[in-house]
Amino acid sequence: MSLWEYANPKKFMGWTGPILPWAFGAAGLCLVVGLFWGFFLTPDDFRQGSTVKIIYLHVPAALMAINAWMMMLVASLIWLVRRHHVSALAAKAAAPVGITMTLIALMTGAIWGQPMWGTYWAWDPRLTSFLILFLFYLGYMALWAAIDDPDTAADLTSVLCMVGSVFALLSRYAVNFWNQGLHQGASLSLDKEENVSDVFFFPLLVCIAGFVLLFFALVLLRTRTEIRARRVRALQLREVRQ
Amino acid sequence: MIPDLGKYGFEVASAYAVSILLLLVIVGLSWRQSVAQRRVLEAAEARKNG
Amino acid sequence: MIALLLRDLRLATRAGGGFGLGLVFFLIVVVLVPFGVGPETAILSKIASGILWVAALLAALLSLDRIFALDFEDGALTLIATAPIPLEAMGLAKATAHWLTTGLPLTIAAPILGVLLQLPNSGYSIVALTLLLGTPALSMIGTFGAALTVGIRRGGLLLSLLVLPLYIPTLIFGAEAARRGTAGLDATTPLLMLAGITAGCIALLPFATAAVLRINLR
Repeated sequence: MSLWEYANPKKFMGWTGPILPWAFGAAGLCLVVGLFWGFFLTPDDFRQGSTVKIIYLHVPAALMAINAWMMMLVASLIWLVRRHHVSALAAKAAAPVGITMTLIALMTGAIWGQPMWGTYWAWDPRLTSFLILFLFYLGYMALWAAIDDPDTAADLTSVLCMVGSVFALLSRYAVNFWNQGLHQGASLSLDKEENVSDVFFFPLLVCIAGFVLLFFALVLLRTRTEIRARRVRALQLREVRQ
Repeated sequence: MIPDLGKYGFEVASAYAVSILLLLVIVGLSWRQSVAQRRVLEAAEARKNG
Repeated sequence: MIALLLRDLRLATRAGGGFGLGLVFFLIVVVLVPFGVGPETAILSKIASGILWVAALLAALLSLDRIFALDFEDGALTLIATAPIPLEAMGLAKATAHWLTTGLPLTIAAPILGVLLQLPNSGYSIVALTLLLGTPALSMIGTFGAALTVGIRRGGLLLSLLVLPLYIPTLIFGAEAARRGTAGLDATTPLLMLAGITAGCIALLPFATAAVLRINLR
């Protein structure tokens, strides 16, 4: 019962091998160009001084933190419905990348908050939502680690991802309600919705592209590792039986 | 070359340092795990074929 | 289904069944808080309703791993799963048993313990009401979490890690409703949200719980 006889993982290894270096290369290029551009070549903000430069890390990381979870949700659904192992493994592979993005968003948000709000942490609705998202990621990864049988782990973590997504969305609204209820109209938002003028917008776009490409490359790399691990496990089981 | 970051120099610098460090960690970890797994697989395949 | 419910109730209330454990834990946490934050009445009465909510939530966690663990270990769960009643109803029965033996007693105990925390007079009924509306959700969410981790040895800590983030919306709306009611403000919106979340959990989580049980019983 060789794993390679299943077309899916084999085909996946086939096409991801060649494009992986290109993906990393493109990600690195966008990140270097975007961050360099943003850090060195843009002016300071009128209100926020040079801290506006943090936007080139904070916003892309925050976007990817959310998108990573959504990708995990889609991959989980595909696994539950169509039983493509690559899909389940891709979801597993994406989680550590997603949690890293969440951590970057949290830390840059907190550091940014110190000069803006006078405190390293404030229970701003957005930061709080990301803290909750961090906990969801932790739970998901912990569940994968706790279950021996790979298919059972894939099934259970997929259900957790789905239920978790509903509650994560619910939490978002709850947290907005919770903070608004205490501070009417406090302007604690880190200007994602504020009009970002062009001079900031274009390097930001490049940085976002860099983060997206990095996520893509890392998930490909990590999924390949998971597929190899699965193959190793299959071989080891065969050895034991013989 | 380094722009004058004004009074927020520490914050901006540490934000960039933390983020780049975390990115390097996830890239490095993923790379190492990939290499290690490939080695294990090659060994297992060799045992199967050998 | 009623038989299952009664069986679980009997199991929980006999000696070693964990019935009193949640209540005692609730008491202990409430007693610890003034040691942590100081005995000042002004501070305590402000945070009393929130403390009661958090403590009740944590106490509800304690008995979660019992929901399926014992039945799973002696194989009774597999038998129950093959019974003519749908697995979804089974999950609901288990959650109800948990609520009757944990959530409801906590709800009744909360106003009593509120005295220790200098809960203002206006707070007693609203705290009880919010807990009454919210603890069923805690039981149902907890049952889902217990089903998820039923096959994992010593999965109690993992269970807490999985379930506590799911508790956050209920906690936010429950505690906010209690806070507003205590302050004499209108608590309708959070109360409705709280009731909505509980209703949604009861309506939908049994399906997720059953799916997860089927996976674990394979």
